[in-house]
Order: sequence, then C-alpha cells, then structure tokens
Amino acid sequence: MSDSTKKVVKRIRINVDKCNGCRGCEVICSASHATPRYSSVNPSRARIRVIRDPLADIYVPVFAGEYTAAECAGRDQYTIDGKEYEECAFCRASCPSRDVFKEPDSGLPLKCDMCESDPTLEEPLCVQWCLADALTFERVEVDAGAGGAAAGVAPEEIDAGLEALAKTYGWSKVIDAVARMSRNGNR
Amino acid sequence: MRYAETGYNLEVDLTRGNIERVATDPELTSLHLGGLGTNARLFWDRVPPEVSHFDPENLLIFGAGLLVGTPGPGCNRTIVSSISPQTRFFGFSMMGGFFAPEMKRAGYDKIILRGRAPAPVYLWIHDDKIEIRDATHLWGLGTLESAECIRQELKQPHAAVASIGLAGENRVFFASIEQGKSSASRVGLGAVMGDKRLKAIAVLGSKDIHVARPEEFIRLANESLAYIKHREKNPILGVMPIMAGLGSPQEMVVHDEEWHTENFVWGNARVRRKGFWTEEVRDSWTRTMETMRTRLLSCYNCPMKCGAAISVDTRACSYMMKCFSKLTYTMAAFSDLEFGLRIAQLATEHGVDSFSAPQVMAFALELLEAGILTEADFPGMPPDTNSRFYWLLDRIVRREGIGDVLADGTYWAAERIGKGAHEYAHNCIKKTEQLPLKLGMLNQMYFLMYCTGEKASITQIEGNFPQTPFPTREEQEAFTRDWPHVPDERFKRWFEEWELRGEKSIPNYPSAEASYEIVNWQEAMHYIDDATGMCAGLSSFPYKPPFHIHNLPELISAGSGLDLDERSLMHLTKRTRDLVRSLNVARGMRRVDDAPPADHWKTRFPELEQRLLDGYYDYKGWNRDGIPTRATLHALGLDYVAEDFLRRGILRPDEEAPDAEEAAAGATARGEGHAS
Ligand code: SF4
Ligand code: SF4
Ligand code: SF4
Repeated sequence: MSDSTKKVVKRIRINVDKCNGCRGCEVICSASHATPRYSSVNPSRARIRVIRDPLADIYVPVFAGEYTAAECAGRDQYTIDGKEYEECAFCRASCPSRDVFKEPDSGLPLKCDMCESDPTLEEPLCVQWCLADALTFERVEVDAGAGGAAAGVAPEEIDAGLEALAKTYGWSKVIDAVARMSRNGNR
Repeated sequence: MRYAETGYNLEVDLTRGNIERVATDPELTSLHLGGLGTNARLFWDRVPPEVSHFDPENLLIFGAGLLVGTPGPGCNRTIVSSISPQTRFFGFSMMGGFFAPEMKRAGYDKIILRGRAPAPVYLWIHDDKIEIRDATHLWGLGTLESAECIRQELKQPHAAVASIGLAGENRVFFASIEQGKSSASRVGLGAVMGDKRLKAIAVLGSKDIHVARPEEFIRLANESLAYIKHREKNPILGVMPIMAGLGSPQEMVVHDEEWHTENFVWGNARVRRKGFWTEEVRDSWTRTMETMRTRLLSCYNCPMKCGAAISVDTRACSYMMKCFSKLTYTMAAFSDLEFGLRIAQLATEHGVDSFSAPQVMAFALELLEAGILTEADFPGMPPDTNSRFYWLLDRIVRREGIGDVLADGTYWAAERIGKGAHEYAHNCIKKTEQLPLKLGMLNQMYFLMYCTGEKASITQIEGNFPQTPFPTREEQEAFTRDWPHVPDERFKRWFEEWELRGEKSIPNYPSAEASYEIVNWQEAMHYIDDATGMCAGLSSFPYKPPFHIHNLPELISAGSGLDLDERSLMHLTKRTRDLVRSLNVARGMRRVDDAPPADHWKTRFPELEQRLLDGYYDYKGWNRDGIPTRATLHALGLDYVAEDFLRRGILRPDEEAPDAEEAAAGATARGEGHAS
C-alpha cells in the first residue's frame, strides 16, 4: 500500500432527510461563479439544484454532472410515495433534452467543479452555506485506479467533452466560454 | 445598471387584460428603498382615499423587498399591499417563502394589479413571457390544490405560486394569500385578490440579481451565517424556549407549550387555564407533533427552519405551517393539538388568517351561548365543539347563512348583528383580531406599540427589547454585556434596571421617555425589514439577531449601491413610516383608532395613557390627533402630503388638526372597545 496507488478524493455527502429546501446552496454556488465573483446571483446558473416537490415532501439536492451530447436512449422514471416524477427529474447530466444545468443565456453546460480555487477552500461553498448539514464534505483515500469520475476528470474526457460542445455550439462559443470561465477563476 | 433591484415593475390591468413592463424611477428607491416603502408611495400617488377596498381602482401590489434575491440570508419577503376590507386602511402583509425571489429573477420588483377580471384568471409570469390565463377550472379549489394544478398544467414544477382559496374568492374579510409554506394572512388581502377574480400568480425566473459591492456584501452575508451558527449553540438564557433562538418563534421545534397554553387565553380570547400543561398533555402533544410533523422547512436562502411540513392524511406533507398558528385553532376550540393541526390543513386550503378565523368561530359560539344568536342561526350545526368549528369554517368560507355575517370578522359581524354583539368582538385593534393575550398590569411600551402599530399586529412592532425583566439583575447584566444591537448605551441601562416588582417595574418603568425611544427603535427596525425584504426573524423580531441598525446600513449600501449610514437609514425609514401613517390619516385614522383592546390589561390608567399618547405623538412629530405635522412632513420631504392635508382640511395652516379635542371626546363617548 504505497502512496502512489492511493489518492484523495473529495466527496460531498447528501442527506436528503436533512434538507430544508432553502436553496442557499444554489444561491452561493451561482454567486461564487459570477464574474466578478459574487457580483450576481442566479440559481439557474448554479451547479447544484434542489429538486423540490413540497407536497410530496421531496427535497433532493442534485449536483451538475457530466455534459452529454446526446440524450439517453432509455429514460428514468421514478415513483416515490405513489407519485411519478417526470423523466430525468433527478439526473445529474447537462443534457440536450432539458434546460437544467445550462447557462440560461448561452445554453452552455454547467458542471460542479467542487469549488476548485486557489487557495483551496476548506469546504466547498454550498457545504459551507448548508447549515442544515444536508451537505457534508469529506476527503477520502481511494485506490488511484478506482477513483473514477469522482476523483476528477481524465484528460481524454475533457477532449471528448469539448468536442461534443463544439458540435453543438461551434468552436468559437466554446473558446469564448473557456476564456470567460478561466478569467472567472473557474479552473 | 441597477443593483439589488431589477428596475422594473409589472403593471397588470385585469379589466382590460393589459400588461406592461414599466421602468421605475431610481429616485424612489433612494427615498423609500423598496418593498413596503415604494408600495406606500404608489398608493399615495394612485389610490386616493375615495377608493375603497373592493373598488376596481384599488391596487393589489406584490412588492419584493429591495434586497430580495441577493445572497443576504433571509432576504425573501413579498410585501403585499392593498386597501384592507377589514381595517379600511392601507393594509400590508408580508410573506416569506419563495415568491419574491422568483419575481425578482423574472425581472420585476413589483407586480401591480388593478381592475377586475371579467372571469376568474391566473397570471403566469415566466421571465418576459406573461399571460393572463383562464382559471375557471381552478375556482373553488384550495390554495395548495390550485397551486399544484397550475404547476402541472404549466409543466413547471418549480414555479412559485401565490393563490387564494374559497375564502378569498368569496371575499371573506380575513382571507389570506397562501404560498406553500408562507402566507400573507393579515387584514384580508386575499379578499381583494378574490374581488379582482385573480385566483393565483405563478412566477418563474432565470435572470441575474446584481449587487453593487460583491466582496463587501458576501462578507456581511458570511458573517451573519457564522453568527447564526453561534446563536444556535448559545441560546439566550432566561427567556421562554421559543424566544431563545433566532427566526420566528420556534413553534415547530419546541414542544414545551406551557407558556402559551397557560398564559394566553382560550376560546374567544377569554379563559386563562392555569395548570393546563400537565405531563399527560405534554406527552400527548409531543407525540402529535412528532408524528404529524414530517420535516422542518426554511424560506429562500435562510437556514432557520421556522416552518414545517405537516401530514394529516396519507400524504407526507398535507400542508405547511409555522409559528403560533400551531395553537390558535386548538385554543379557540378548547381542544387538543391534533384537532388544531387537522383543521389548520383545511383552513390553509380555504385560505384564512389563522389568528382571525379561530377567534371569529369562538366568537360565534359565544354569541350563541349569550343568546344574541340563536339555534335558528346555526341550522344543522353538530353538538360538539370540534365539529362545530369545521361546520363554521365551511359556512364562513362559502359565506352561507350565518357564515356570511361571520365572514366579515368579529368587528363588522358585530356591527351587522347588533344586540350588544360588540361586547364580544373585544379583542380587536383597528377592527382586526389580535393574539389572544390578556394581562394584568399595563406596560407603557406595549401600550404604545398596541396603539400605534399601523399593522395592527403586535408581532409586527415588538422585537429586540426583552418583553419582561429577567428574574435577577445579574441575568439582565449578563444579557446586556453582549448586546451591540441597541442604538445607544442607555437602552442597556433601561433593561438592567428594570424590575419584576418594586419601584422600577411596570407600569412606571421603563419610563415614558424610555418607552418612546424603545418603541420607536423597534418599530423602525420592522419598517427597515419591510422595505428590504429581510425576514423579521433575522432582524427586527428576535433578541440579538444577526442584523441590526449598526450593520444594516452597510448591507443595504453594499447590495444596492446607495450610500446609507445609520442616520440616513433612520431618516428614510421615518419617511416611509409617516407616509404609511399619512395614507391612513387620509382615510380617517385618528387618535381614537390608536387604542389597545379595552380588556387587554386588567389595570388601566386612563390619564397616564392619554399622557403617554400625547408624549409619543410629540416624540414622533405628530399632532395630538396622531397626524404628522407640517414641520414633520416637510423635514421628511413629504411636502406633497402636507399640501394634500391642507387641501382636505386635515391639517390647518396653523398646524392644528381641526377639532382634535372634540374628536377625542366623541371617540370616548363612542366606546367601540377603545381605551380612554
Ligand atoms: S443549502 Fe442545504 S438545506 Fe438548503 S436547500 Fe441546499 S442542501 Fe437543502
Ligand atoms: S461544490 Fe462548489 S461548484 Fe459544486 S455545487 Fe457546490 S458550490 Fe457549486
Ligand atoms: S427566519 Fe424563518 S421565517 Fe424568516 S426567512 Fe428564515 S426560515 Fe423564513
């Protein structure tokens, strides 16, 4: 068990039972990704969305995951306490089939970056703002090979992701977005 | 660029179906901030006193506070304003939840409704796309029911919906506007919405809200969150558990109801039940709460969890509630908590105010007992009290039979019933039912708050200064040691020296002069919140809140780009406060209306009370009839109000209100449950 086979993975645990539906996580995530930082708020730009259905007592924070160029062939349909949820309701993907996890103006995909910044934050901001402890942060050691998506993104995935983006939006928009996001400190 | 606000209002003429997006004047923001402040200004400009509550010309405004939608915790209030059918004055009622932030993100600071739709409609606002849609199929549905239908038909599960139920549709004078976990309940604004045939407003937005000085603003927001965490670990010692923390009184969390059940009064605000809170009751009510409460809930961007999802049927959440509505039905019906939580579900669907409705029903049963109403007025009413409450609620919201009379609230119902019924409508201020609380000895501060609170609700004016002394001076000193919230050090002395018994106790202490300052400060904090949209639960209401007069100027400035300090914020707040007063003065509010329920205290001091009012009016810059003087109006930049008052003969060039003394004397003769 040498260090070279282990790496530290950042993980946010979500306890839906503790969520009180306040959307503070959406507020701070969108504010911290604004340019200049904190200059605006817009939960539609947040990399976390709280799926809410108050009369069914459903509060599920969902983090923006990978972009997908094509929608899934098969769809999820959830039934919870006898109520059916719209297709894809709890999916993490930024996907052509729906508006969630896309910049509202440009349509560019959003993805949780775990608040990577310099200097590194003690805890991601959504976790800091979740006083209900529905979101908790942990660093866990895993085998380097098994880290997978949670451990960070492999370079091949970035290439594939960018190509997919370019296919949808054209290279110039993607380059603009990358430039804008790096100015923004979203590295 | 406009900061914190969007700079646009939505004007909707329901008669013609006309919709306009109107840019607002930034000058008004600097004069009144937003929320209640600018709502009041719009009423002054556009709704003269000749317009009454159910005239199509009456406006119904949903105004977002200035800081709503910013990262400021608790900045989520919608301030609903209209002429109230109950008070006949300018009414305003605040709701938390999720409506105002959504409105702001759709691009509007206010939704201003006028006219009356030819048939039931609802309004759907999705950013720039606005539709007036048919609501015939929703008419008659409950508030939550119709909101759910709307979300489904729009296929927008996250749209915020504010709606009325049967009570609003049938213009019940204490009808509420419900919005999931929050509601604008007081003074019957739901009835105005029903009169306009507007079933609901659904709104969803996807735009940005900007703040002027981001780093500064976020630092203040982060500090407040850190302070909230600190206060969670360090509740205030020596006060009732519901008052020890932040937020609105923590009724959904705290099971100990000894204070409410033994000190507040049951039935039609009559019966004190000492010794009620036995172990048996405690265990049974705790069980009820723990089985029926499924989740604690917050408003938009606030960690406080003042609300709760309550399950009364097979659903995990049948409705949501907060605060003292937990006990109002239970106590009015002399029943138990389970009854209270069950009937509140129906009452929420029907959309009634949970302070007024239970009291109106208890009032009806008292009138029956007293023989003023008879069995013939209640045909088919079941014999037991619990069932009678359900029966009465149903008649009231449909305005059927006696329900039609009761739907006007205790004051106006008594007016219609006659035969001495006014004796039984005994718990009103400005014709509005109050918390069921009856006390022994007059307290000068509370006397002034009850009298002059424009909102006609004590919780909307009381706040940061402790309600009673603590048992010992040491405890009081411990409290003041860490109390930066006060405007001045002398406030600390007043509290430290206050005694439960003895020379420095009520009614003599705090002194009149101290009371003026304390009351004025607490009131100002509420008016600031009502303009910024900050929840009172994080600012004007609890002891030692995160926001107060020493950090709010910076928060508002960093958010909006205005340049405010404590002085200018207080000045601006007084401008709005006196404009609200003036709106009501124009509608006939006078000294006689500034009175607590006659039986609120057992021991009254008519002379002292009149001296107090005189002194407080002087302090406020109002004349002996409670009307802001010309000099006051001038200092506040409200010369246009003074001119109007001169034209109408409300003020005379020599600044005396005509016949002030005569009016007061006439009022005394009239009685009407008023003091003096
Ligand atoms: S901040 Fe926490 S409690 Fe609030 S909505 Fe997000 S996950 Fe839920
Ligand atoms: S970890 Fe950071 S980027 Fe990801 S959702 Fe939370 S606040 Fe947003
Ligand atoms: S303090 Fe309570 S009522 Fe106020 S905004 Fe927060 S959760 Fe809502």
